[in-house]
Amino acid sequence: MSSLLNSYFVKTHKLEISITIIAIVLFLIYFLGAPHVFTRFPIYRAFMQSMPFFGIIAISATFVVTLGEIDLSFPSIVGITSLIFGIIMTSTDGNFFIAFILATSLGMFAGLVNGLLVTKIGIPSIVATIGTLFFWRGLVNVISQGSGIAIVDVADGTWHHMIFVEKLFGKIPMQFIWFIVLTGLMQWVYRYHKFGNHIHFVGDNKASAQMMGINVDNVKIIAFVQLGFFSALAGIFTMYEMLYFWPTQGEGLMLTTLAAVFVGGTSVFGGKGTIFGTFIGVLIIGSLESGIVALGLSGFYVKFINGLMITVAVTVYALIQRRKN
Amino acid sequence: MTEELLKLQNIYKNFGNVKVLKDVNIKINKGEVVALIGDNGAGKSTLIKVITGVHSPNSGKVFFKEKEVQIKSVAQSRKMGIEAVYQERALCDQQELFRNIFAGREITNSFGFLNIKKQRKEAEKILRDYIGFTSKAITVDSPVMGLSGGEKQGVAFGRSLYFNSDLIVLDEPTMGLSIQETEKVLNFVKGLKNENKSAIFIDHNIIHVYGAADRFIILDRGEVVGEFNKEDISREELVQKMIQLHESGKIKVED
Repeated sequence: MSSLLNSYFVKTHKLEISITIIAIVLFLIYFLGAPHVFTRFPIYRAFMQSMPFFGIIAISATFVVTLGEIDLSFPSIVGITSLIFGIIMTSTDGNFFIAFILATSLGMFAGLVNGLLVTKIGIPSIVATIGTLFFWRGLVNVISQGSGIAIVDVADGTWHHMIFVEKLFGKIPMQFIWFIVLTGLMQWVYRYHKFGNHIHFVGDNKASAQMMGINVDNVKIIAFVQLGFFSALAGIFTMYEMLYFWPTQGEGLMLTTLAAVFVGGTSVFGGKGTIFGTFIGVLIIGSLESGIVALGLSGFYVKFINGLMITVAVTVYALIQRRKN
Repeated sequence: MTEELLKLQNIYKNFGNVKVLKDVNIKINKGEVVALIGDNGAGKSTLIKVITGVHSPNSGKVFFKEKEVQIKSVAQSRKMGIEAVYQERALCDQQELFRNIFAGREITNSFGFLNIKKQRKEAEKILRDYIGFTSKAITVDSPVMGLSGGEKQGVAFGRSLYFNSDLIVLDEPTMGLSIQETEKVLNFVKGLKNENKSAIFIDHNIIHVYGAADRFIILDRGEVVGEFNKEDISREELVQKMIQLHESGKIKVED
């Protein structure tokens, strides 16, 4: 046992192991506290249905957080790209390709704006993205004039609806399959691609990274651009699930998404993080509300326990980090 | 027979209205270690940043291996064979050694994915052959933060040797090191000559500089005010010159 605890894998994966244990304990509590709910499939189907919408963004945001930056504008990027997706789908009688390409391009453009504000103008990302958070949401309100868009006529029953949100074997929501695949892919990029490598170096120490010949500005800009892309993608998934655009779409995403990243163990200080941790963070944050209610507590506890989880998690990580130094 | 490696001709560099380098002319030969000395603000750091591509000069010419070049980026200067070893800023603390060694020039496939296996293997070779790390406590997977100052410096040196640089730029390589580690670093600098590599070397400690360098270039307020070969000047005389410069702002040139 002690040799297992001292093994190389354990030493280098402390965060991942801690977060996994927390998740297992949490699900055990659900299971024991509400067996009538958690021994049956529907609750898991509901999780698989709802988690990917913010999970995809959380995975992508892990790159930005690892840089030591933050992006608060993604809820509004979800809003504006979903709006454009809805407008184009309805006006082209359901031309998926045009709608998809324009919506994701707009998402990347919004990410590019964030990236340029942070790198070329030099505005701290927390400030720059508060600006764009209001800007894109404001634009949604101006364009939509407060009304929603139904895409049910042009999307329901199509092949794209099928591959985005219908159930595989009548059981597994497709968005969850996509979420797993994207998580795997992003984990690979994060650890084993040059871009992921550069993300770590820039987040660790910008000046050193620069001197080692890494183009710091480009790395940051690409990080914001990919978050814009995945925000658009998450918006499109939501559109297919709901078959409807509403002007506040995306607004509830901010806290759950960032909470998943931080609970997952990615360092707020930059340079260190884990995609797997974020994935587990999504499972934790995404299950809290239903879990708490199923346990018989009132809905008023949801935010409270959410807050407790986040605070405890980041404190534990900060302590682990401090001991290392 | 001396062969010229790097020549800077009439280099000027301004930051806004501040003239940091004024008409600087220097030359470095193959297999030569040149020390750049001068007070804070003399322009030493700016000068080496011009050489490593961090800054571009406002005017002047740079020749490398007798060809005129324009060094626009760190990546470009590295490709030409100029490698900088910066004291504390050389490495990123939380990242593994093998990733640090290849940062900015990763071994990748054509899709940009890292060849981790090869990077680790090559890093191991560097630790063993170039740096002489034998400690079991430090492996290629160790994060840099566990290393001592001298070990970090060693990794940075090993990296420059591995990439076969012709000119190694050393910014305060002994700052903050223990006496023993300083000794190691200075031996390293001397060892460069055996491989016919050149180095340009900044250090505040004239005793260190004197031991390791072949030639001394004194900078003062952006200008080269003196240049001496080691055989023409003793350590005491060099120290005397620096004190003189400090007090009067001038160096007496004796014929």
